[in-house]
Parts: sequence; structure tokens; C-alpha cells
Amino acid sequence: MPDVVENPSRAPIRVGLFVTCLVDLMRPSIGFAAVKLLEDAGCRVHVPSQTCCGQPAYNSGDRATTKEIARQTIAAFEDCDYVVAPSGSCAGMLAKHYPELFAGEPELARQANAFAAKCFELVSFLVDVLKVTKVSAHFAGQVAYHDSCSGLRELGVFSQPRQLLASVEGLQLVELNGADVCCGFGGTFAVKYGEISDAIVAQKTANIVASGAPTLLAGDLGCLMNMAGKLQRQGSQVNVRHVAEVLAGMTAEPAIGAPRTASSNAGAPN
Amino acid sequence: MATASHFKENAHAALHDAPLQKALQHVRANFIDKRAKAVARLPEFDALRDSARDIKDHTLANLDLYLEAYEAKVVEAGGQVHYAVTAKDGVDIVLKLCRDRGAKAVTKGKSMIAEEIGLNAALEAAGIDPIETDLGEYIIQLRGEPPSHIIAPAVHLNKEQVAEDFRRAHRDLPRDRDLSQPVQLLTEARGILRDKFLSADIGVTGANFLIAETGTSIIVTNEGNGDLTQILPKVHIVIASLEKIVPTLEDASQLLRVLARSATGQDMSVYTTLSTGPRRPGDPDGPEEYHVILLDNGRSSMLGGDFEDMLRCIRCGACMNHCPIYRAVGGHAYGSVYPGPMGAVLTPSLIGVEEGGQLPNASTFCGRCEAVCPVRIPLPNMMRHWREREFERHLSPASVRYGIGFWAFFAKRPALYRLTTNIAMRALHLLGRAKGRFASLPFAGGWTRYRDLPAPQGATFQSRWRAKSGRLN
Amino acid sequence: MAGQKREAQLSAREEILANIRRSLGVTGAEAPRRMAVEDRLAEARSGIIPERGQGDGATQAARFKAEAERAQASVAEVASAADVPSEIARFLRDSNLPATLRMGEDARLASMPWGATTLEIARGASDGHDLNAVTAAFAAVAESGTLALDSGPDNPTTLNFLPDNHFVVVAASDIVGDYESVWRKLRARYGKGAMPRTVNLVTGPSRSADIEQTLLLGAHGPRRLHIVIVKDA
Repeated sequence: MPDVVENPSRAPIRVGLFVTCLVDLMRPSIGFAAVKLLEDAGCRVHVPSQTCCGQPAYNSGDRATTKEIARQTIAAFEDCDYVVAPSGSCAGMLAKHYPELFAGEPELARQANAFAAKCFELVSFLVDVLKVTKVSAHFAGQVAYHDSCSGLRELGVFSQPRQLLASVEGLQLVELNGADVCCGFGGTFAVKYGEISDAIVAQKTANIVASGAPTLLAGDLGCLMNMAGKLQRQGSQVNVRHVAEVLAGMTAEPAIGAPRTASSNAGAPN
Repeated sequence: MATASHFKENAHAALHDAPLQKALQHVRANFIDKRAKAVARLPEFDALRDSARDIKDHTLANLDLYLEAYEAKVVEAGGQVHYAVTAKDGVDIVLKLCRDRGAKAVTKGKSMIAEEIGLNAALEAAGIDPIETDLGEYIIQLRGEPPSHIIAPAVHLNKEQVAEDFRRAHRDLPRDRDLSQPVQLLTEARGILRDKFLSADIGVTGANFLIAETGTSIIVTNEGNGDLTQILPKVHIVIASLEKIVPTLEDASQLLRVLARSATGQDMSVYTTLSTGPRRPGDPDGPEEYHVILLDNGRSSMLGGDFEDMLRCIRCGACMNHCPIYRAVGGHAYGSVYPGPMGAVLTPSLIGVEEGGQLPNASTFCGRCEAVCPVRIPLPNMMRHWREREFERHLSPASVRYGIGFWAFFAKRPALYRLTTNIAMRALHLLGRAKGRFASLPFAGGWTRYRDLPAPQGATFQSRWRAKSGRLN
Repeated sequence: MAGQKREAQLSAREEILANIRRSLGVTGAEAPRRMAVEDRLAEARSGIIPERGQGDGATQAARFKAEAERAQASVAEVASAADVPSEIARFLRDSNLPATLRMGEDARLASMPWGATTLEIARGASDGHDLNAVTAAFAAVAESGTLALDSGPDNPTTLNFLPDNHFVVVAASDIVGDYESVWRKLRARYGKGAMPRTVNLVTGPSRSADIEQTLLLGAHGPRRLHIVIVKDA
């Protein structure tokens, strides 16, 4: 059991899992890892019917659609004490940009602000709010960690994943040169400006390979898919996973982009 | 020159330009690491950023009054103030000042405003010789290129290219001279330009700041070229945009403390020069005339609007130094006087979003620019504002509108979304499960052209959760 | 013709001011704004002064030397003004440079015993043919090793830029911690709101990194900056 320093109220905290559309569609195991971490820390996890945080529309300039989706999301999570997402960019959207969306509309702004105040990225929620200091997972091997931009710069997620990874038995975190440099995903940017995105991710994969670590972790599936996709196109054997999977000790699933074979589980728990 | 509307094609050329890619590698060690070290040495740096931002915001909110105060002080010190509404007005004022004085040679300190208004081309067309004196500007002037960075104009070049340019341009020097090292190139440029400094009729500089309290213009250089440009000729012309005004010397100090550190990692540039009016009676040197041209060119319309914060910019270049897109393609690809993140925000204001709209689109919103901006300009937010403008005016490409529309249709209907995504992901999983990923996939060509696409795990999280718990929620 | 130009100029000025006011939603006549601006200009309040710009005289003197050297200036300390000429002569000799020196009319420099050296002294502004020049600093700022030099017949500005080698004499009592102290001194000498034609804040010798980001000294300004601090002045 991870250490929980204190849970002041006896009733379990109701956490709404904002699973994120990428995790929902592409890699549900991250969602289950998030659930395990939250339940181990004493939360009751709910998964309201949900779709997307609205970021694709927001970053494409379609404010009207974004506001519709935002209002839908806020309503869906109404009766949760907290809203937790295994993604810095989605959590950033909920916590930082929802209030901006409704800045000129007093009642909606009030709702958005109240909602934003309870939204968190997963790992920072565990450490900063639930006061989790360690996890009981094992993971043998060297791991490189990439700081996804939104989590790092919008939400200050930096020390928390490193702290929890340090508590994973057998895991050795190696320095990744340029860990805080963008991987080139940027949502639709990766497709709209594919050639530039490719140049940026190529710098990133060069650093990943140079680190020598056989496993790459990060907190955002978009970044992870981008980096995994490039690594695999380059023929690299580096395994790519979401940090939640390792922290929850749930690495039986093949790594991102890897087929379901016995040898795909390099660095699996002992 | 490449234009902003061809950014994508420009970027393509830049990515395949080997000498450029080699030159861009210098950006990291030299700009990023040096800035980080300078910031680490000054514990008050972050607080100074807040102070700098507040000074700019206050000044912009009262710009009309500070302009009046500034002008009065310039005149009191014996200088003249000219107002230019448009770029062409700015050019016309300079041309008139030159013609009225029979000026034939004009030395120039580095000025982005002069670039913005196309001053050199206008001077040349009028039979007046503009001589760039900043080493980087001198080099690109020889090449007929625009600057690729607002602080380091020749950052895209290698020393071999510069040596070639010097050989081609400095024909009177011995052919067999050694120009293999930067120090030799610098020495040669120093000698050539020294004569030009001494014989120029008029010197034109920009201004980093204009101080209302004293009617002073401040320039910040490392070479000393801006100083030789302004003290040797009979006439000193300062060309600056409206938002360069700061209220007092003390206010300027706050901004100076963050400027050089953000730009080059120096605590102070070698020469921070405060110029006020022409020479005084009894002065043995200095210009006899001092003119300040204040350029609007769209700034006054930015006030009070979504892009007002862009007027805080103090032209340090930190944003572009830290931008992954700038790092990948360099400055020329932007096709604008102002590249990088600050260029992506400012350019559509200057040339219109129809022409300049690609620039704010070519961003991952990684936020590093805002994180290093000494005056805390919310650059990604403003790039997003431009995207909103484009969307409202139907300037976004059809693929974007339809793509967002298609996705939004489902995102607004959770039950339908869950149903269709579950079916689609299970099908895709079956299709891709042998390899675990797709090297190619219909409709995903934009992605798979450069990277593999991981295959989904099958049933969606929400469908599995519902199956596990018997209900959704 | 001149009248038309003046009209065009007036209208450009009015157009810009009107546009600013329209954008800001003001008339320009509002008293609170006017007062706020007047007050700020009159008060010239200091903002944040970093810790490295503070400290007592000894701290500042030591910091000035360290920061100036960090910026590639060389710094020597002499006991009194009488020792300055021999220090400059020594520097030139040690660097294999000709023993020539140009200076302005600064009284502090004029009263130094130049005759006790073999230095060939020239006076007045430079026309570009001087290898070496000396000016007396108005102030020296410890927080960044920066010299403050004011223009005028005492210390012509051309002496700061045209010669290859620039010597600057600083009285220890003129070393201050921060830039704000320089502004106070300037106001005391020239009056509030007034300035000499040029104030140069100089930090180290001239340099450029424009070619492949290689840092080189001696771009267009002096290649060498040698600062002589006079301890009892």
C-alpha cells in the first residue's frame, strides 16, 4: 500500500477519472493504472460518461464548439470532489483554460472556476493532494523520463513523477538530455506541420537513444505515441509506456506500439 | 525574400539546408545555456520579470500621455521629434532628412524598425548608400539577405560562408589572405567599417528604450557600432516604434536588468548608451542634429485589444532561442522581419492574418517562449487568438474545419461517441494486432508519413469500465 | 512647403495620439491619468534593486572589480591619483603598445603627473588616429562591473570608442552599487530631467559573437579596457 499521510475526512474522496480521449480509445490500460493508483491511495473512483476536454477545437480556434464541450464536461463531473486526468495537457485544459473560455460570462465563469479548482493531473494529484510519497511497484531497469510541456509549464508537474519513480524498486532513472524540450506532438501540429514535427521528434529520439535507457516514460499519451511512433519507425527497441503503468505495477500489457509477444515486456516487473 | 504565407514551403527548404542545420546547432549552447546561467546568478530575476511587465503595462495604458511628455523633453534638449503613421511615412521622413542635407552615406546601427519599414532598399533607390555596421547585419547586407534572428542576424551562417562573402565584397585586399578563422573576419570587418564610420553623413540607430522623463534614447550593443554610428556623423536619426517608451530612468533599469540576460546571457551588454539631444555647447564631439522618428505602423490599434500584451516585447530574442520550431527551421522560413514566437504573434498584426496566419499555426504550444519571456507575454494564448480570428473568418483550411466538425459531432454526443469509438477501436485493434502498430493507415497519412501509429488495445476504456462495474459511473 | 510639411506632421501626431486614445477608450484629458503620469515622472521611484547592487563600500569595490574582470576588462588599483600615469605607462609597456595617450580636459586627469612618464599626451576629441585614450569615469556600478561615462569636453565620447585601448580612471568613492545611484548622481549634476548628450554605460571591451557564435573581443569599439581604481579618491 502506498503511504497516505493523512485522510482527514473518514469518507473516501470521490474522484472522477477524466480518462482522456486518447487513453479511452488507444490505451485503456493507462486508465486502469490510474484507477489502481487512486484506489490504492484511498479514493473512490467514478467514471462519468465523457468524451473529450475540447482541446482540439480550442487549439484550432473553434471557441464555440470548445465551450459546448466544456459545459458538457463540467456537468458530467458535477458530483465529484476531484477530477483527475492521466494527462498534463488535458488537465491543463480543464484547470487553466476552462476559466479563460468563460471569462466574460459571470455565471459560467463561476462554474468553470469552481470546476477548475478540482481538476488535477494524475501524478501531481497523488503527491500534492493525497500526499502519496511512494508506490509499491517493482520495475527493473533504466528509465528515461520526458516532461510533457503542458504538465510541466502549465501545471508545474516536475518533481512529483520523479519522486514516485524513485520509490519504484529496481527502477533507475537516467537523465534524459533535453527532457523539458517539446517532443513535437502539439496535437494537430503533428499532422498539419508533419515535416517540422518530424524534425523535432527526431531530436528527441536521438536524445532518448543516447540516454541508453531501454524504457521511456512520460505522463501524456499524445507525446508517448509520437515518440514511440518515431522510435519504432527508426527501428529502435526502446519500450515506451505511460508513467502510471509503471507506478501502478501494471506493465504486463505490451508497450506502446509493441505487439503482444513474450519478448515485448523488457523491463517487466520481477 | 520568402514570405510568411509560404511558411510551410520555406520550412521544407530549411529542413533540407545542411549548412543552416549545422549553424542552428549553435543556438542551444550559446543562447539557451548562457541565459540559464545568467538567470541562475540573479535570485531576483523572476521578480524583475514581474516588475518589467508591470512597467510596460502601465506605460501602454498611458501611452498617449507618456508620448507627449517624451516629446517635450526631446525638444527641450534640442532634438526634433517626427511622427510616422505608416512604414512609408517613416521611410519618407528619413529620405527627406537625408536629401535636405545632401547625405550620400548613412551608417546604420542594428534596427528592427528600419527592417520593418524597408529603409535600406528605399535609401538605395534614392541613390544614398546605407551601410550596416553591426557585424551580423553587415554580413547579411553583403549577401542581400534579411536577418534570421532579431539579435543575431547572421546566426544561420557558417564562417566559410562569411569568408566567401568577404572575398567577394572586399576586392582591394590581398587575395591570398587567410580568412579561415572568425577573428580574421572580424578584424577585416573592423578595418573596412572604421572608414565608413568616419566618413558617414548621417547615422541611423534604433532604440531599445525611449525615456519620457529625460527625452533619452537608449541603445544596447556589444560591438560599439551603434555608438560610432551616432557620435561621428553630423546628424543622428533614431527610429523607434511607439511602444519603446518607458517612464523613468529607474523604470529603464528594471528592464535593462532582464534584457541582456534574456538575450545573450550577459548581465549587461558591453555598451548601454543613453543619448539625449544633439551635442551641447562646448561638446567636442557628438552630432549637431538629433532626430527621433516615432513609428506607429499598427501599434496604436493593438492597444486595448487581444494583442496588447505583445507591445510589452523588449526584443530580447529569448522566445525564438527556446522555440522548437525556430530551432528546426531557423528565422528565414518565417518570411517576416520578426521570426519565432514573437514574430508569430506580431506579424499578423503588421501584415494581416490572411498573409501571416500560418505563423501562429506552426506552434505546438509547448509554452517555452512564455516561460522565458522577460515581460511575461502570453505568447501561446495570443497565437491561439489568431487561430480564433482565422476560424471566425473562415480562413482555416477546409480540412481543419471539417476535421473539427466531424470530431465535434461525436464529442457532443457521449452515448454515440462511446458506441462508435468502441466499434472503431476494436476493428483497428484487430487490423493492427500482429505488429502492434501501423506503418501506414488510410486517413492517417499525415501521421504515418513520418512515424508509426500505435495500434489501439481494442475495446475502449469506457466500454471495459462499464462491463466491469456493470454500469457507467 | 514648410508649412505643408508642418501640417502633415501635426496631423500625423494628432492621428497617432487620437488612435491611441480611441484604442484605450480615453480622451487624454482625464485628471487621474494625468496625475498618475506626472507623479511617476516626478518621483522616479526605484523598483527592485538586486542584492548584488547593495552592500557597503568595501563590498561594492570588491564586487565592481570582480564583475568588471568577468566582463573581460582588466582592473588595477592604485593608492592615489599620482600613481595613475605610471600604471597606464606600465600597462602599455607590458602589452608592447606605443606610449601615446589622448585625454580630454578633465581636471582630475589634468592634475596627474603625466610628465613623470614618457607618455606622449594629446588632448581633445579623437578623430580615429589614436591607439590609446584615457577618460575619467562619472561613476562605476558594482552590480555588473559597469562604468558610467558622461560626455563633454572633460571626457569626449569619441575617446571611449575610437581608440584600440581604453583606459578609465575611477575614484573609489565613485563606485556605487546599482544603476539607480548613477541616476541620482546625474540628477545632482545636471538637474532633474536633464542629461548630458551621452551617457555610456560600459561593461568590458567591445565584442561580437556574430560569426558562428564565437565570442571575439575588439569588434568596433576598443579591444582592451583597462580600469584604474584610485583608492584614496
